[in-house]
Amino acid sequence: MNFFADAFAYILDPAHWAGDTGIAQRIADHLLYTGLSVGIALLIAVPLGLLIGHTGRGRSFVIGLTSAARALPTFGFLLFIVLLAGLGLAPLIAVLVVLAVPPLLAGVYAGIEAVDRQPVDAARALGMSEWQILGRVEIPLGLPLMLGGLRSATLQVIATATVAGYVAQGGLGRYLIEGLARRDYTLAVVGAVLVAALALAIDGLLAVAQKLVQPRGVSRGRARPASTRERRSSRVPAIIRTPTTEGNL
Amino acid sequence: MVWLWNNLGLVLGLAAEHARLSAIPILVGFAASIPLGWVASRFAWLRGLLLTVFGIVFTIPSLALFVVMPLLLGTRILDDLNVIVALSLYAIAMMLRGAIDGFGSVSPDVLQSATAVGFAAASRFWTVQLPLAGPVLLANLRVVSVSTVSLLSVAALIGKGGLGYLFTNGYQRAFPEEIVIGIVFTLLIAAVFDIVLVLLGRLLLPWSRRAGRAA
Repeated sequence: MNFFADAFAYILDPAHWAGDTGIAQRIADHLLYTGLSVGIALLIAVPLGLLIGHTGRGRSFVIGLTSAARALPTFGFLLFIVLLAGLGLAPLIAVLVVLAVPPLLAGVYAGIEAVDRQPVDAARALGMSEWQILGRVEIPLGLPLMLGGLRSATLQVIATATVAGYVAQGGLGRYLIEGLARRDYTLAVVGAVLVAALALAIDGLLAVAQKLVQPRGVSRGRARPASTRERRSSRVPAIIRTPTTEGNL
Repeated sequence: MVWLWNNLGLVLGLAAEHARLSAIPILVGFAASIPLGWVASRFAWLRGLLLTVFGIVFTIPSLALFVVMPLLLGTRILDDLNVIVALSLYAIAMMLRGAIDGFGSVSPDVLQSATAVGFAAASRFWTVQLPLAGPVLLANLRVVSVSTVSLLSVAALIGKGGLGYLFTNGYQRAFPEEIVIGIVFTLLIAAVFDIVLVLLGRLLLPWSRRAGRAA
């Protein structure tokens, strides 16, 4: 009756870690899907987000894209694409990339947008070129929020890669799907525990990275007078913020 | 399209279930985030604790949370409550930061003035701080609403996903049109919820049409 205890016993049994459908292989699959799609999405979203954030043009495009992406039921989208494009690594990764781009783009854009205008204007007045302003002022100051976008995108991809266990042969979602299909509830709990642990571990690492990139001398929120906080947070629209983009540990 | 006409009853039934199973968590998330956001904006140590706890909940992939809910709640697998509680937790996690921001966005000068002209603590909260935080709360609630409606379809895998049923069924029958109809109706529900929230905002916060959009 105690499914959690049974699930932990299953996970701790070394025999379940080996082989093509073992835990180790499925964690590796999950990490492969996540890393590959977030990597490709970064290549698309970072240059575009920097451009939009720095120039301020295309703001409504980012907000619209983020809202649309939130509204899209990812599970239906995934099944639709797999049905049309076939079941392979490429369609799966393509879907995950499409899902990862909006939060990344929003994070990069929001990172630049939330930077106080005063240091930017000061940098311009000191004679920095636009590239220097971007590279030495806006990116360092905006990096924590940008990593917040990376956290949201990564979580989204890990969660969708789990659901992808419904169609794909790999990844930790298989335990959940197989467990539900065979009415083997222990196996489903095994999947739930493993995927939750993976998500928490990766998010924890990214959260630490987010703390480390915080420039010295800049502390967010807390000690700031209320009026400044209001201005800062209202500049980034709620639609592109998530519990992770704000970088609170 | 022919399929839609022939199965209109099914689709509308699922849409109604979808609307019900997502509306409850949205309302619960909003209602819970007000006291939680208020205490979190007053006490720094509670803010850290609440944000950490709900940050962890938010990190857990939805399917995993749906599946372990019966163990935590003692419910049966097909109980509505599993999905409702899991989505409510996500809704609170998403809404909490907005509520803290919202209450924090009210200028301390205004609050002190309210106290000075004789508002008691409770009435100051209900009649001054809450309405002034309204636009920020509304902006966040709209995000919660859209996300919840779209997230629910994953619960089709545990048999409680509203329109998500059309996704799994359409996939099994290799019938893309059914999946598209599921997506379109999900988007329609999200749009209707959003319009309702915007109209409520206009009605309850008539002074903040611009601020509501900017926040």
